[in-house]
Amino acid sequence: MIELFLKSVFEENLALSFFLGMCTFLAVSKRVETAAGLGLAVIVVQTITVPVNNLIFNGLLVEGAWSWIGLPDVDLTFLKLVSFIGVIAAMVQILEMVLDRYAPALYRALGIFLPLITVNCAILGGSLFMVERQYEMGEALTYGFGSGVGWALAIVTFAAIRERLKYSDMPKGVQGLASAFIVTGLLSLGFSAFAGVAP
Amino acid sequence: MSLIRHVTDPLIRGNPVTLQILGICSALAVTTSLSTAVTMSVALTGVLIASGAIISAIRRHVPTSIRLIVQITIIASLVIVIDEILQAYAFEMSKRLSIFVGLIVTNCLVLGRAEAFAMRNPVLPSMLDGLGNGLGYSLILVIVGSLRELLGAGSLMGRTILPTVADGGWFQPLGLMQLAPSAFFILGLLVWLARAIWPEQAEEPEFRIRTGRPDRD
Repeated sequence: MIELFLKSVFEENLALSFFLGMCTFLAVSKRVETAAGLGLAVIVVQTITVPVNNLIFNGLLVEGAWSWIGLPDVDLTFLKLVSFIGVIAAMVQILEMVLDRYAPALYRALGIFLPLITVNCAILGGSLFMVERQYEMGEALTYGFGSGVGWALAIVTFAAIRERLKYSDMPKGVQGLASAFIVTGLLSLGFSAFAGVAP
Repeated sequence: MSLIRHVTDPLIRGNPVTLQILGICSALAVTTSLSTAVTMSVALTGVLIASGAIISAIRRHVPTSIRLIVQITIIASLVIVIDEILQAYAFEMSKRLSIFVGLIVTNCLVLGRAEAFAMRNPVLPSMLDGLGNGLGYSLILVIVGSLRELLGAGSLMGRTILPTVADGGWFQPLGLMQLAPSAFFILGLLVWLARAIWPEQAEEPEFRIRTGRPDRD
């Protein structure tokens, strides 16, 4: 379990080694506070959706899941994309309502980031990896939490670097996006050095 | 004439990847070799054209409040079709692309074009716009993919171009090119190149350093 957690945080970091969630990663990393807010939202949503999708996939979609009502040949795995997206959108919506009711401070802090998460490829990617690697329920929970933490760690680090970077005197074309890519590349090199952390 | 501009505009000058940072999520992960990059480009261009056509055809019948869900469902269905076709006819390739075909669903480029263009324009321009953006995206993928495969393994599409030392040749492959960071570096340099050619695309610095000397530009 701990191995899987460390691996999903560092070695198989969703943002830096699988390029997932890059659009939001680059767009919402100008300030550390907003990046931390988004990172927190990703951790929460990822920890919930990966296990829920695991339940749905193993309980409803996988071949033979309907054998208890006499339909052993039904294989609905091709529906996984649509159902995962549906689950993610629904989860985000429910989470929004629950937070609004019970934790208004946190709701305000997460603000606009929750709806953004629906189309974040890191979330869908996490669920698809879970299916591809055939994780059990406990593993899915660990993987969801770990990959969320990894993504949050990456974006907060990146935002902190970027805050300093804006004071540097760069050539005009490198300013902004190009420098962001190169810094992400360096960050990704740094994270790959952690590859040995998980035994 | 104006119809052709929908195809040519996003190709280089208004390239969706370098100018608008759309769709890079999946763009980089599949570029370790040219063949995966080409397959991914074809799949994405197909989805873009088809989703442009369908979404633009029903644009007057969709209530604005649920348009995002409708768009995502249409895109997801198209991606399922592409995924099944790949699994049926190119199983090896679909294994190598792993989850990234599925991730076309959340590719910001597809949803972005659907929302920004297809919802407001007739069917034919929407399809052409999809084609143009798909080709622009493919161009970047092919450039990054061929650089990474050529420098990282000395081959293109699996055929040896630069004979490597391991095979008795002279070329020492750059191991870094097969790893994730190189894709970021290449893309950063491409963006720099695009902005050096069209300086109006460059971003204004948020902060100017006051030096004694007059501004360089």
